[in-house]
Amino acid sequence: MCGIAGIFAKSEAVERQLGELAASMLTQLADRGPDSAGVAFYRRPVADDHSKLCLRFEDGGARDQAATAIEAGIGIVEWRPLADRHVVLVAPVPAAAAETWIDRELPGVAVDSAGQVIEIYKDAVAPGEFIARFDLGALEGTHVLGHTRMATESRVTPAGSHPFSTGLDLCLVHNGSLSNHNRLREELRREGTIFRTVNDSEVAAAYLTSRLRAGASLEKALESCLDDLDGFYTFAVGTADGFAVLRDPIACKPAVMAETDDWVAIASEFRALATLPGAADARVWEPEPGVVYGWGRVTA
Amino acid sequence: MSVELAALRTVDLADSGVSSLNGELHAAPAGRWEVSNPAGRHAIAVGLTVPHEVVIEGHVGYYCAGMNQEAAVSVRGNCGVGVAENMMSGTVRIEGDASQAAGASAHGGLIAIDGNAAARCGISLKGGDVVVRGSVGHATGFMAQSGRIVVCGDAGEALGDSIYEARIYVRGDIGGLGADCVAKELREEHRIELGELLEQAGLGDADPREFRRYGSARRLYNFDVDDAV
Repeated sequence: MCGIAGIFAKSEAVERQLGELAASMLTQLADRGPDSAGVAFYRRPVADDHSKLCLRFEDGGARDQAATAIEAGIGIVEWRPLADRHVVLVAPVPAAAAETWIDRELPGVAVDSAGQVIEIYKDAVAPGEFIARFDLGALEGTHVLGHTRMATESRVTPAGSHPFSTGLDLCLVHNGSLSNHNRLREELRREGTIFRTVNDSEVAAAYLTSRLRAGASLEKALESCLDDLDGFYTFAVGTADGFAVLRDPIACKPAVMAETDDWVAIASEFRALATLPGAADARVWEPEPGVVYGWGRVTA
Repeated sequence: MSVELAALRTVDLADSGVSSLNGELHAAPAGRWEVSNPAGRHAIAVGLTVPHEVVIEGHVGYYCAGMNQEAAVSVRGNCGVGVAENMMSGTVRIEGDASQAAGASAHGGLIAIDGNAAARCGISLKGGDVVVRGSVGHATGFMAQSGRIVVCGDAGEALGDSIYEARIYVRGDIGGLGADCVAKELREEHRIELGELLEQAGLGDADPREFRRYGSARRLYNFDVDDAV
């Protein structure tokens, strides 16, 4: 199964409430995905020459120890611990440089997201517990994607949880399963992609990263999924400016969208949208299969 | 047949759960019901067996009015996957759009959709009727065995794929025919049944002569050794 939720705020009031709204949507989708939960918040952009990374450690002790090494290695502008072993790091270096340094110097540390706006938090816990641990209700932001996972293809681990980073300030959430992910993973490995799980959705994320790096627009990269990915999917992709949605051509997995003057949202089921303010009067529709939809300044 | 209905009963789903509502509907004699705050909940008003009149004020989730017998259920909003699936008799009206597999496997009764219906509308239909004022998605009427599907707008790809003896009427364009589905002559008997269906669905102003009929070419009925080569 799995559940997908996304909200793009069109008013400052919704930006301030974003965490609360995301939490209410994920709560409704908890029984579609009781194994793991995760979110990608787009909030508080850092300065041009700075970067923001979300790091996940083995435990809280490892997190505390790493702070000293990171301070000495690349410097720390902000160190915001979350839950028991996550942290949001703002560093005074570009995101790619920071990520490369952490991968090299701190191999046990997972970089869940890197960029200037994105913050991905995810863990292999039930959605209700996830919402409480990360105090989602207190967060604000411009847009957010969330996911509740019912694992089908690979183990229930924090690394196998969604969203998956697909590059700087980019992420993917997926409902469905891919059948050609093993072959595609090998092709992407040959291009130099490093995989951290045997999860099919990670392959979809890496595939998008590869297409985007090759110069494709987000719309073109998503459209190429229609040719190259075999299986079922509803994808939602987050960017610094908004999000995009694509369903497989035979629409195996559900998706429903809604829009008011204050927000645009996607969810696997309407009951998640029903929790949003003004949902009863929103324009509600089901995205067509095989068509890329986009919001914000997404070029789709 | 006229049935004396009990006084109007209103149920707010924000206060009572779907199971409680369904339990009441199963236990009560035929009556009029108004259900508020459905908020996309699943399985609202399923398994009814008496001629209740149920009006649901808002959008519903999956399988609304599934397995319906005798009752008239109306949804003042959109519905999720599988509305009126396996319906046996009665009527179900959706004032908004229907998601995928509307009327799946329905054996009888009428499903009237005022908006559009998504993919696989009337999949495996077994004798029920589905009338859609708007358009329908791909694979509408997939493996439909008996019953009628009427589409006033357009139909998506693979219309009537692997269809048996259901009849499909479409007024607008079609994205393509599925395996073994062909356009057929619209004879007088079809115009008559189409007129009756449109009338029943509250679309009496639509002209049956503007529709085209689709059905099975019956080439998939028997094994052909050439297909195995």
